[in-house]
Amino acid sequence: MFSIRKKFVAEVEKHSTLKYPHRLNFYDQPPLGEVTIEEFETCALDRLRILAEIESSFARNRPWEELKRFTLEQCSKYLRLDASSAHKQDTEAQRRKDHLGHFVLRLAFCRSEELRRRFVKAETTLFRIRYEEDDRQEREEFLQSRKFGWESVEPEEVKQYASQLKAAASTYLPPKEFEPNLEADKYYKVPWTRVPDLVERRKVFLKGGKAYVPSKEQSSIVFEEFQRSLEKALLVTLKHLPRLDEDTRIFPLLDNLSQGFLAGVSSEWSSTTSSATGDEITADMVDELSRRHFPMCMRHLHDTLKRDKHLKHFGRLQYGLFLKVLGLSIEEALAFWRRSFSGMTDDKFNKEYKYNIRHSYGLEGKRANYPAKSCQQILLSDQPGPQDSHGCPYRHFSLDNLQTALLSMYSSQGLTVSDLPEVVSTVKSGHYHVACTRVFEITHTAQGLKKGEGVDDGESVTHPNQYASRSRELEKKVKEEMDVDVTVT
Amino acid sequence: MLTFYRRLYPFKSIFHWLNHEHTPTKLFMNREFAFTLQGDVYLRYQSFTTADELKKQVCAMNPTRFEIGPMYTARPRDKKLARPGAFQPVMRELVFDIDMTDYDSIRTCCSDASICSRCWAFIAVAVKVLDQSIRNNFGYKYLLWVYSGRRGIHLWISDREAMELTDEQRKALVGWMTVIQGGKDQHKKVNLRLSLRQLPPSILDSLEVLVPAFTDIILDDQDCFRSEEGWRELLHLIPKNYVESLEDKWEKDYDRSSHSKWEDVKNEIKTKTQKGSQPRLTGTTAMEDIILQYTYPRIDAEVSKHRNHLLKAPFCVHPKTGRVCVPVDPSTIDDFNPERVPTVGQLLRELDQAKDTGDEHHSDWEKTSLKPYVEMLDKHALELMEEVRRVKRERGQGVHLIRRHGLHALTGRFSDTSW
Repeated sequence: MFSIRKKFVAEVEKHSTLKYPHRLNFYDQPPLGEVTIEEFETCALDRLRILAEIESSFARNRPWEELKRFTLEQCSKYLRLDASSAHKQDTEAQRRKDHLGHFVLRLAFCRSEELRRRFVKAETTLFRIRYEEDDRQEREEFLQSRKFGWESVEPEEVKQYASQLKAAASTYLPPKEFEPNLEADKYYKVPWTRVPDLVERRKVFLKGGKAYVPSKEQSSIVFEEFQRSLEKALLVTLKHLPRLDEDTRIFPLLDNLSQGFLAGVSSEWSSTTSSATGDEITADMVDELSRRHFPMCMRHLHDTLKRDKHLKHFGRLQYGLFLKVLGLSIEEALAFWRRSFSGMTDDKFNKEYKYNIRHSYGLEGKRANYPAKSCQQILLSDQPGPQDSHGCPYRHFSLDNLQTALLSMYSSQGLTVSDLPEVVSTVKSGHYHVACTRVFEITHTAQGLKKGEGVDDGESVTHPNQYASRSRELEKKVKEEMDVDVTVT
Repeated sequence: MLTFYRRLYPFKSIFHWLNHEHTPTKLFMNREFAFTLQGDVYLRYQSFTTADELKKQVCAMNPTRFEIGPMYTARPRDKKLARPGAFQPVMRELVFDIDMTDYDSIRTCCSDASICSRCWAFIAVAVKVLDQSIRNNFGYKYLLWVYSGRRGIHLWISDREAMELTDEQRKALVGWMTVIQGGKDQHKKVNLRLSLRQLPPSILDSLEVLVPAFTDIILDDQDCFRSEEGWRELLHLIPKNYVESLEDKWEKDYDRSSHSKWEDVKNEIKTKTQKGSQPRLTGTTAMEDIILQYTYPRIDAEVSKHRNHLLKAPFCVHPKTGRVCVPVDPSTIDDFNPERVPTVGQLLRELDQAKDTGDEHHSDWEKTSLKPYVEMLDKHALELMEEVRRVKRERGQGVHLIRRHGLHALTGRFSDTSW
């Protein structure tokens, strides 16, 4: 709390009563005031979820409208931001969270060229989504409150240049509209260098170095400004970053956050130890389940275990914890592993493995209840060595092997050769969780899942257990519907 | 050459024009000069603190020509001392280059390196259109047009805002200016509009200049469509339904003038379509596009896009023609005849004849036919310097300036004989 306070506090006394009059924020003032380390982290994590969603939408080439819909859904879950007219909501708190989260992420993402570029892109997109969603009047107020360096063009002037403005409009109007409505359209004057994209495509009328931008294209000025100022601000943040050194709690946290972009944000799975469906599973069921519901990493571990009658340490750890969270009790787990390691004596098993299994259930040693590994952990920590079979196949398999494995594991669930290029190209661009999500979608088309819907409302896979339990839920739903059908007939 | 540099080249004027002030600033000191020496040795990253120093070096090396680049973050000659990545171009005049070779496909009088007063007409139109467009649309005021010594013309824009443009913004501006696109194998090179919409406003304005120019140059003087090759090219640009009858007619009438052929096109469209109808619009649109394709300025885009592009300095001598790269006044561009531009030999002869009047002197150009051209640059630089001074005064730094230079700095006589 302490040194964050030091950073943000300097002017704590200054703030006025209403700190966030607008829903939209250009984030040019850092948040002032005290903040707990928990809040510091949650604000950032929640925002990161949204940005990760935007990133993966780009990676999956979603059309703009779809991207917007999914992002807004995620926003309403993790980062509600209501219009000022929503009196029932505590808009002030929402906006504070939005504000704080943005600045924490700046700290995390200013550190490399690559991170900065991705952060700016995702943030600008988020801003654009909110800008488009914003209430017309509130947006107008927001724009008024900032100096964009534009002047409104007086109606007389519009009349004076009517023919030129019309001619310029003919370059961007939709096909059916030949005549722009000059009276209704508002125009703004800005130095042309502010809208180089419009100038290059001759979409505006230029006079004396000023571009006459119609209100329709006005947003292009706003977005450009947002992006430009954020780029600049990130470089400034980078310069000041070394001063944060004094607080040892912050850097690991920031490291964690910036990695979140690589693997998506780990979802809440780690905290819930019981199976989401609430069903206990038994050792006998695992084989069946693995074929129908497991993500590729677990499927691969299971197959390896069956083939070799053994798994190396990290493989056992990754798979064992996954099964535990899936709902396998300690008794069933012992039975499962004993049966799987069929090539060894009871004595050896009891001596060398039993302790380990009990340990992972929190029954030995320091009795910690270990959570299952998230995608992020699987992707980034304990890289597999030559004899290992743990890890993330999308990341740790060669492309040839990945394709063969995908076909042999999932062709019974509807994955065909024609799906491979898409998956491979996502893998090549480093979006492993996106590739996994896509495979989930493909293998669950029978349950009515469509492309782009992801694991749940467009969310991507961030945890193997999320994959498995969602898969089971979908199956259950289909079964229930069928049951209903049966009883009706 | 050496005598030319020593006695005629207006270093002081060039210095003022590049520096915008009397006392050397970074604009001059951090500016890159590149020398082309005898035997095509190319020497980059030269920089100088004063005009005298530049002159000394030029006289010592006696280059065939030298070029001017951008102002960098550090002195170009100390380039190796700068931290890697810290040596970046910052400011640079916005430059344009129009070269006659880009017109080879449409001019009939000469080709390649040669130029005559007839093809100069293309350049004249380009200058008029560009000059007007840049002043009106972009609001820049300090434009210096310079004859390139052979078959083209350069434009240097020295407005502060123009100097500060980033590469990205330069690219946008060039995009705005570029109308003719597509290579040899593409017939239609003008694609400006969505279906049959109006032209963008800036192009519409330039049509006022281009339509009469089309009649004068393309139809009358160059007679572009008289040859079979010429009119077949024209047919490619005309809507399909008129092509057949025109082709028949022109094949029979072997030597029909371009003027009559253009009238044929007009009549064909008029008689076959209703006024205000869609086909009529298709026809007139096509005609507008043809006029643009044959007359709109063809600029060499690469020169303008990057700040660090080097461009030959004004008053250099073109190595092939011996002509001096003199400034050109856009308002009298029609009267400019590239064949009457003084050559270095001619100037030296004039100097010999005038020798009896006195000693060797820095501003010997006053005794030669170079005089009006140097004065043109001086006048341009003076205006530029006055503008810079005005801006400075507004910022409240004027007092400082007067104290340092005395009042004469404000009245601005800098081409006096003390140089």
